[in-house]
Amino acid sequence: MTLRLEGISKYVEGEMHIDRVDMACEPGQATVLLGLTQAGKTTLMRLMAGLDRPSSGRILMDDRDVTRVPVRKRKVAMVYQQFINYPSLSIYDNIASPLKLARISKVEIDRRVRAEAERMQIGHLLDRLPAELSGGQQQRTAMARALVRDAQLLLLDEPLINLDYKLREQLREDLQQIFRERDTVIVYATTEPLEALTLGGSTAVMHEGRLVQHGPTPEVYHRPASVAVSQVFSDPPMNLFAGELDNGELSLGAEARFKAPTHLRDLPSGRYRFGVRPGQMHLDNRDQARMALTGEVEVAEIAGSETYIHVRHGEAAWVVQVEGVHAFGLGDPITVYIDPDRLFAFDSAGRLVAAPASARPDAT
Amino acid sequence: MTRNQDPRSAAAPDSTLGTAIRARVPNAVLMLYILFLLLPLYWLLKMSLQPNSEIVGAFTLYPATVTFDNYIKIFTDSSWYTGYLNSIYYVGLNTIISLLVALPAAYAFSRYRFMGDKHLFFWLLTNRMAPPAVFLLPFFQLYQSVGLFDTHLAVALAHTLFNVPLAVWILEGFMSGVPKEMDETAYLDGYSWPRFFVKIFLPLISAGVGVTAFFCFMFSWVELLLARTLTSTDAKPIAATMTRTVSASGMDWGLLAAAGVLTLIPGALVIWFVRNHIAKGFALGRV
Repeated sequence: MTLRLEGISKYVEGEMHIDRVDMACEPGQATVLLGLTQAGKTTLMRLMAGLDRPSSGRILMDDRDVTRVPVRKRKVAMVYQQFINYPSLSIYDNIASPLKLARISKVEIDRRVRAEAERMQIGHLLDRLPAELSGGQQQRTAMARALVRDAQLLLLDEPLINLDYKLREQLREDLQQIFRERDTVIVYATTEPLEALTLGGSTAVMHEGRLVQHGPTPEVYHRPASVAVSQVFSDPPMNLFAGELDNGELSLGAEARFKAPTHLRDLPSGRYRFGVRPGQMHLDNRDQARMALTGEVEVAEIAGSETYIHVRHGEAAWVVQVEGVHAFGLGDPITVYIDPDRLFAFDSAGRLVAAPASARPDAT
Repeated sequence: MTRNQDPRSAAAPDSTLGTAIRARVPNAVLMLYILFLLLPLYWLLKMSLQPNSEIVGAFTLYPATVTFDNYIKIFTDSSWYTGYLNSIYYVGLNTIISLLVALPAAYAFSRYRFMGDKHLFFWLLTNRMAPPAVFLLPFFQLYQSVGLFDTHLAVALAHTLFNVPLAVWILEGFMSGVPKEMDETAYLDGYSWPRFFVKIFLPLISAGVGVTAFFCFMFSWVELLLARTLTSTDAKPIAATMTRTVSASGMDWGLLAAAGVLTLIPGALVIWFVRNHIAKGFALGRV
């Protein structure tokens, strides 16, 4: 079973929501739709499910055109970010309802419902009503109902977003396991780069209604095709600097000059935009091999064992993510250091021209 | 002497008295209010249990001789009790028709966008702004010519004109409270629309259906003008029957009062059954 989208566009009242998306999703791995809110992830999923019709383009399942096939005949399961269950049915009947409609024998239904509920850790709650469960359990019920049937296509639209941090982590681990066992096409929409990285498979980055990059997740992470991807697939977003390459010399702004690192050496001289992930900016200059940039502290957020320092430098604003707790006052001068080896370079049109080679092996 | 030396013990009785009065005053006001509300009801009940001679005689606060003759007359005289049966029949019919028509309409208004939907929705409500009497003549003439005159269906249909807009309005509020994703999940699970509507959707808005049924019932039950004009004998409502108590021998006060008490009962029963739904409905929906 393969899902293929060919030139899918969606316009609503003349306004573009999805623009010419071509995409193929393979079974056996999760395809993560990554994008900011309003990027068109949900719209694209609704088109995949058949809940909405595309304005143009075709949707193929195993080379069969299903663009005009109604939802009921498509074998699609979907989990929404809201917890959608049938409030008047017990948890058991909720999970069993797609199977009952598929006219499966009572014994078989019972076996599958109990097995799925057990796996989702809601086996002891089968007699309750959805309103009597916690948010996490309600979402587990919704997932169990989606997983219990033999759907050809499983769509999860930010299923963990309304859950608290602990539950989210735990469910994410469960999902990894479930995705590995399944031979269906799974599409998982999220705004969080971390979810894309942990769920693995392939990542499709959406930006303003367009599919901007699709490939194996590590590949997309380490070689973001454009500035837009680098912003979406990094949390906090990648810091950008205007800079210049001039005969093997790299300059960022007016102050920082350095010998161009190996991966940038072959680029022609000229103006570029350089990007560096917040975690790759430092407060110390180890081995004197880093470029120094100065700025003012706007705010320092302390998040557990890490500190996010928001730095303003003229027009530019950066986020520096450092280990440990560091206290800064508003407006304090600060010097931050960048490893030139870790710089991404984008051309004037925002396309990636060079990525740090050393970044490839580690996957953080 | 000792009391005066301790200011706290002197002040204490005063302040507890103060709180007691402050607590009692609202209660007293409430009691008075309820008393005034109940007085006409009590008077009706009192009259229904008295013989006519006593009613028109001296002023009494309670019946000196309790008699059930008035009630016995109503339950044994077919010209009386058929009035109740007729009323219940067309009111029930009206409630059912109104709900059956309003449920799909409200669903369409809450789930689909179509041309002029907002205007149509408002226009439905404006129907409710016209006094029923305006439609008296057209209904009368129309029903005469199509042979609906003096049938239960005639009254039920006439009342539907006023109840359906209100029913659509109330139900739409409840239906819009159910997320659209619920419908979609059901379709994805393989439910057909009718099955989804009956099995999943209706239980979700049962409070709304209860509230709507209540409003339809009450409007139809208390509406007199249309009901009396559109019927003569076969479908004559109880309210019309009650106007017959004036006879050559004068007004039959006791009988009229007993009929009045019995007319209150169905409304009270309906309110009793839907009281929880109504409270929920006021909080959630559009009532």
